[in-house]
Amino acid sequence: METMIEVNHLRKQFGSYTAVEDISFTVKRGEVLGFLGPNGAGKSTTMKMITGFLTPTSGNAKVCGYDVSKHPIQVKSNIGYLPEGAPTYGEMNALSFLHFIAEIRGYGKSERSQRVNQAIEKANLESVLLKPVETLSKGFKRRVGLAQAIIHDPPVLIMDEPTDGLDPNQKHEVRLLIEEMAKDKAIVVSTHILEEVHAVCSRAIIIAQGKTLFDGTPMALAAQSKYHNAVSLSLTTEQPDAVEVQLSKVEGVASIERNKLANGDTQFFVFPKKDAMLIRSISHIARTNNWELDQLSVESGHLDDVFRQITTQTNNIAKDALS
Amino acid sequence: MNNILAIFKRELINYFATPVAYVFIVVFLVLTGVFTFYLGGFFERGQADLQPFFSYHPWLYLFLIPALSMRLWAEERKSGTIELLMTLPISITQAVVGKFLAAWAFTSIALFLTFPIWITVNYLGDPDNAVIFAGYFGSLLMAGAYLAVGSCISALTRNQVIAFVISVVICFGFILSGFPMVLNFFDAWAPQVIINVISSMSFLTHFTSITKGVIDMRDLIYFVSFIGCWLLANVILVELKKSD
Repeated sequence: METMIEVNHLRKQFGSYTAVEDISFTVKRGEVLGFLGPNGAGKSTTMKMITGFLTPTSGNAKVCGYDVSKHPIQVKSNIGYLPEGAPTYGEMNALSFLHFIAEIRGYGKSERSQRVNQAIEKANLESVLLKPVETLSKGFKRRVGLAQAIIHDPPVLIMDEPTDGLDPNQKHEVRLLIEEMAKDKAIVVSTHILEEVHAVCSRAIIIAQGKTLFDGTPMALAAQSKYHNAVSLSLTTEQPDAVEVQLSKVEGVASIERNKLANGDTQFFVFPKKDAMLIRSISHIARTNNWELDQLSVESGHLDDVFRQITTQTNNIAKDALS
Repeated sequence: MNNILAIFKRELINYFATPVAYVFIVVFLVLTGVFTFYLGGFFERGQADLQPFFSYHPWLYLFLIPALSMRLWAEERKSGTIELLMTLPISITQAVVGKFLAAWAFTSIALFLTFPIWITVNYLGDPDNAVIFAGYFGSLLMAGAYLAVGSCISALTRNQVIAFVISVVICFGFILSGFPMVLNFFDAWAPQVIINVISSMSFLTHFTSITKGVIDMRDLIYFVSFIGCWLLANVILVELKKSD
């Protein structure tokens, strides 16, 4: 697979403040890269440098083989970009706005209408075409921004928080759109919604304080969770202590966590020793003891925990260094 | 070229999509009427020319043009659309020129709509239409100069009010620089060369000579290079300030 985006040691400094310290990664065709990090981590700044809006203090970014600082126009023609908050010219209606974008993207009259119509169809904008964009709901505004980004069917798509502020249905639609386009494009999506990473991304990068802290598949990310491969079960019982004792006797169990749930059930997380598979033996003892099970499953890992763990680690390191 | 045209069209259509265009045109026409007929004494003079009409243009433009130009870049920065514009495959120069030309085209539309005055003077008397044409031409050039200043200053801030005030002050400076009271201030200590430079910077000197019907190469060069310099500064400012 060809490499579409290549980022080498990007660094951006605003005065004495370092927004991005040192970020490197590549994105290949067919990949959807999830760009994760707490607010202020440098996600947007990095995207702005790739799209040529900001000039890096040092390092470089290449898109489709073109260096952003040397060939900005070629880079910009190969990118579809949805900036944070999806800014659009509010007084224009969606149709004339998209026509303007298509014209700037260099399409002649006849092809322009065809391109605009395709983008309208993909972003489901038919119902609001003639209303001024500023009067549209947040979801529609975002979709106008999306339509604008895909009008020229770019090989590289960069979206800064494309689902921020959308309702669950709209989020779902945007994700479907991304999935649909993922095959033949390189896509970078920044987000702080972790479920999104599972839903659409083939790879995830976590950055915090301008540095890359994790680069791998969402599975590998989840595997860093202490809940990864743990068996969770909830049941109605009068003697939770007895259940816990029984569970701890299962072969391969390292430790057990117990919670009281709101509906009165007791929930257990049973953590395995390295690579042990517990679910069968646990379901076996559940059956032999006639436990009233409400739920029994293997956890794939809590992304929230991993995210917190990874991004706060550096804070602690920084604090240690200071003290 | 196509990019400039696309920006130009969008901007120009945009003026008419908002009340800005109509307010501007109505105010401009009412004020030119007031200035020409009351303050300028159009009828009392008993002369078939448009001197009283043109002589108030520098003062009208002083407030009206910055009101038009203040939003050119300040609004893009405020609403964040500058990020969209600057990540489209166009150069900053194309964007600056496209926006400037659209604003200039818009002022020429407003100026064109003063044609009833021209009809009036032709109905009442037998004016030298070549001089009137030169007056319109000079007025348009001067409007371009005001716009170039306004566009450049608009890139300096995301606040339109600040852009307006600073533009007015700077344009006022370029009107005043031909006046004796300003020149006297420099007279005491600056060498003659500098005083000549300052006085030659004035809009008034160049505009007045054109409205007399003399289209001098020096006046043309003045306005064209004035516009060019301010637009160049505009490009640099957009590059520097776009992401602030």
